[in-house]
Amino acid sequence: MYDFSFVKPGTVADAVTALASEDAQALGGGQTLIPTMKQRLASPAKLVSLTGIADMQGVSQSGGVLSIGGATTHAAVSAQAGGFAGLAALAGGIGDPAVRNRGTIGGSLANNDPAACYPSAALATGATIVTNTREIAADDFFQGLFETALDEGEIITAVHMPIPEASNYQKFEQPASRFALVGVFVAKYASGVRVAVTGASEGGVFRWSEAEAALGANFSPDAVSGLSVAPGDMIEDLHGSKAYRAHLVKVMTSRAVAAAG
Amino acid sequence: MPKDSGIGASPKRREDIRFLTGLGQYTDDISLTGETHAVFARSQVANGIIKSIDTSAAENMPGVLAVFTGDDFVDVGGNPAGWLINSRDGEPMKEPKRPVLAHGKVRHVGDAYAAVIAETAEQARDAAEAIEADIDEQPAVVDMKSALAGGALVHDEIGTNQCFDWGWIEDNRAATDAAIKSAPHVTTLELVNNRLVPNAMEPRASTGVFDPGTGDYTLYTTSQNPHLTRLLICAFVLGIPENKLRVVAPDVGGGFGSKIYHYGEEALVLSAAKKLGRPVRWTASRSESFLTDAHGRDHVTKIEIACEKDGTFLAFRTETMANVGAYLSNFSTATPTFLHGTLMAGNYTVPTLYVNVKAVFTNTAPVDAYRGAGRPEATYSLERAIDKCAQELGMDPLALRRKNFIKPDQFPYAAAAGLEYDTGNYHALVDKLEELADLSGFEARRAATKATGKLRGIGVNTYIEACGIAPSNLVGVLGSRVGLYDAATVRVNATGNISVMVGAHSHGQGHETAFPQVVADMLGIDEGSIDIVHGDTSKIPFGMGTYGSRSLAVCGSAVVRATEKIINKAKKIAAHMMEASEQDVEFSEGQFSIAGTDKSVGFGDVALKAYIPHNFPIEDIEPGLEETAFYDPANFTYPAGAYACEVEVDPDTGKVTIDRFTAVDDFGNVINPMIVTGQVHGGLAQGIGQALLENCTYDENGQILSASFMDYAMPRASDLPLYTVDHSCQTPCTHNPLGVKGCGEAGAIGSPPAVVNAVINALHSGGHTDVTHIDMPVSPARVWAAMNS
Amino acid sequence: MTKLSMTVNGKPVSGNVEGRTLLVDFLRQDLHLTGTHVGCDTSQCGACTVHVNGVAVKSCTMLAAEADGADVATIEGQANADGSLNVIQQAFQDHHGLQCGFCTPGMVMATADLLKNNPTPNEADVRHHLDGNICRCTGYHNIVKAVLAASGQDVDAVAAE
Repeated sequence: MYDFSFVKPGTVADAVTALASEDAQALGGGQTLIPTMKQRLASPAKLVSLTGIADMQGVSQSGGVLSIGGATTHAAVSAQAGGFAGLAALAGGIGDPAVRNRGTIGGSLANNDPAACYPSAALATGATIVTNTREIAADDFFQGLFETALDEGEIITAVHMPIPEASNYQKFEQPASRFALVGVFVAKYASGVRVAVTGASEGGVFRWSEAEAALGANFSPDAVSGLSVAPGDMIEDLHGSKAYRAHLVKVMTSRAVAAAG
Repeated sequence: MPKDSGIGASPKRREDIRFLTGLGQYTDDISLTGETHAVFARSQVANGIIKSIDTSAAENMPGVLAVFTGDDFVDVGGNPAGWLINSRDGEPMKEPKRPVLAHGKVRHVGDAYAAVIAETAEQARDAAEAIEADIDEQPAVVDMKSALAGGALVHDEIGTNQCFDWGWIEDNRAATDAAIKSAPHVTTLELVNNRLVPNAMEPRASTGVFDPGTGDYTLYTTSQNPHLTRLLICAFVLGIPENKLRVVAPDVGGGFGSKIYHYGEEALVLSAAKKLGRPVRWTASRSESFLTDAHGRDHVTKIEIACEKDGTFLAFRTETMANVGAYLSNFSTATPTFLHGTLMAGNYTVPTLYVNVKAVFTNTAPVDAYRGAGRPEATYSLERAIDKCAQELGMDPLALRRKNFIKPDQFPYAAAAGLEYDTGNYHALVDKLEELADLSGFEARRAATKATGKLRGIGVNTYIEACGIAPSNLVGVLGSRVGLYDAATVRVNATGNISVMVGAHSHGQGHETAFPQVVADMLGIDEGSIDIVHGDTSKIPFGMGTYGSRSLAVCGSAVVRATEKIINKAKKIAAHMMEASEQDVEFSEGQFSIAGTDKSVGFGDVALKAYIPHNFPIEDIEPGLEETAFYDPANFTYPAGAYACEVEVDPDTGKVTIDRFTAVDDFGNVINPMIVTGQVHGGLAQGIGQALLENCTYDENGQILSASFMDYAMPRASDLPLYTVDHSCQTPCTHNPLGVKGCGEAGAIGSPPAVVNAVINALHSGGHTDVTHIDMPVSPARVWAAMNS
Repeated sequence: MTKLSMTVNGKPVSGNVEGRTLLVDFLRQDLHLTGTHVGCDTSQCGACTVHVNGVAVKSCTMLAAEADGADVATIEGQANADGSLNVIQQAFQDHHGLQCGFCTPGMVMATADLLKNNPTPNEADVRHHLDGNICRCTGYHNIVKAVLAASGQDVDAVAAE
């Protein structure tokens, strides 16, 4: 790594101030940023750790909405989000136990890796991403591969997710990285069904609207059997062709519906 | 002997104490006063002409002590090929120079063209980035078929990308061709044996030291064979006299073949240490390992099996392109030839066969022996094709094999590929497999799986392999430039405890526990009083190291011979002590005695006497009690086995899950069953990994697409089942004193065909009878594509 | 440079390190605790696993500065006070759960983490928990046995031969 200075503020305000300097970068759990810096693909002059900010920790539930502090680890969400079982299970399947003890939801959403799990949960629940300056609806937040609506220096302080009546996340793992080759989060609300897909598309996480409509009318696994996702936008790589990923989107959606509880 | 010690027991491993408490000493753990750090500048293109390298900026950066380029090593030797292969036309193979640092050209992504030595690793890395190399990128040679067809060259000076075109056995070619032409049935199969990265968990590391006061060099390095490394560096590369170089392979975190070879980094750190007068250390990152450790396998093969309608084999014929990569690694020419073609007869009485191998240079990392080294490739081709043949003939796959097995009373058997198998009983292995794997219960299990919506398949195969490498005379005739004996010195100390210095090296195989079992058994003394010394050329006799499943078969035999010499000498001393004649001395359970009397002396008393030789017949016996033996095996050893794999295939995703795996192996005699079982487990994991998960791929520009664990799928605990392993069907080796055949590689040799056979079987049970083969790795995407094509 | 102090295996330590110093490098180079190993550069192999404030983390993916003020446990602190192997370490030796030893410190620390939260895991639990620990030697069979044995469960049913 290139060298840098390291600060660990205790408040959001102090973090914002520290991030205002040139070449400063926010550090969540470091499970993505540190490996990137070890490869010398990123070289911030200052790292501002967010994990010392007590206001950004914790899981709570009120009025049918689950609220998660931006610096809350996947392990904490897995253990504490009992009121939203589909999300707790998703968090418990990210990476491995040691990674889950450090990685944070804020870091995952801000990075928007096209194969990460949390973006599909945020999009499927129509979550509100709360930052130090504003609130952003999930539908507006994800803007493509590794791209989000965040401004330079803007911190995700919390994520509010309306808790669905039923939900499930099905992840078909890329066998090497254990990220999602295709991951589908299905969330059923009284107002309708949302289906968000990660791992599959060159544009990053997306909503499968035909499936949402079909499942809204008939919430059963075979509601999607006549549907398909266009292979053209799917990722093609060592681990699967466009056609294979398109096929898996359908399979994982169907399985998520079957398992949704 | 008590059951918890000696041959056949499974005492707990002594080496575990330090590994479990964090007190192991791996090469990177060792820190030396004044040490400096080396970082290499490596090519980012697969094929390039080096126009110039400007190191001036790097040299002036903080902490930088020296910068080396290929120019510094032009007068130094190249890393040699260890085995000369002649082509069918008699021409010797092409042997382009493999320099310490790339010179004139870079030939694969990762090829090192410069090295920076600095006070810290980060300073060295900063400086390496500041080296300005003007490299004119050339079209990359990646695909073997294109490489042979002409176009860009990996080594311009040899005028071809073909290293050699080898035939075996050339005299059988006409008969084989004729048999295939006239055979009532011929099965043909084209298959890929996928390129693998060994990925021992400890990355390679080397530290070079030079003492200007004595002129002595020391190299600490991750090696499976310190004496061989020393020989290569001294005799071929740097020209240092061997008595001025000590090579130490301390604790080594796995090798699997990749740490047999001498690598340029070793020569570099020694040269740098001499120049600077300070230790120079280097440790690979995992990314560097992916780019530069010798890879394994990478064959493309067409195999034909000719037989009667009733399945009797008439002939086998194979054509293979074997990738050797950009440079010849030390054993890379032996692996696809004499460790592969010579196994093509398998367990069978096939009367004739012919193997053709074209070795091809490409702009990729060098390829060399990796767990199994040639035998997995042979077994895979044969056992996949035999399964296909069984399907085409409508025969049960085991019945077809049984029909052609060499029978127990036919040993020693001269197989059609030229090796003489000493003993074996393949029918017994299959009988045991049927019982342990509950083959008769399979159909019921298939129905149960079907009810869950999945497809269940079963794959079986047998294998034979040749290891206990190797008889020097034989391999010399075949082109080896080294012998393949091993050595041991048994040193009895004055107070009766024993040090055994061995040429074998333990990097996971448990030698510190297993070798004392042998010596304790022979001497009838407490195992705990025997200590093994390995890994340091200043302490051990010249042995060729550990690979090729040879440690017990070859070095263990040396230990036996040396211990026999100890016993013989001790008997003489004991006879003198008991005032008897040597012929009357009996030795048992650590006691020398005279039959018919109550005279006896213990081994410990004899030891003390040897070192305090008062009243000692020094005209007849020298003082001391220390003996050395060098053992050269009379033949390879021939473990064999029968494996069964059951898989479940999810038809919606193509994912293959291994539900059960049974491995029945004949390793001859077994010294430590627990260690042997562990070796099979590890081999199975690597074979299953090859079959389902692992694949090292390069794109058309020679860039590795799978250069980290993010894209190269290493088997994890949740990918693998518990295994059922058996080695009770033992036909002891007839030509070494322990009767052992070696077990280290069998699991990786025998398992890939079982897995792929099982997947094909599963697909057939689901109606996909048009799928006759899927190339490894049989990933979910490939299975799904096969089912939906 | 960053000043830091932490407790490692019960002993207070301090250092003055560059910001970029990883926790694993601080342990190995500054404290000479070389039992924690580096096996990869993508935070996957788990050979670097230690405990920070009671939970398992990958010390190659954590800055030493992030562990300032923390309670760190490494493999060197796992044995009993009298130097004998603890229950997990003994189980690994009893069941041949290691060969070359390089992944072993990480496996032991991961196992300690598992058993703290799940005292009687089943085979699937064990395999899943070790997703972040790669072994190239053992094929995992004996590691699974060792972990089950360490939890006090009967491993005789876990057949090898």
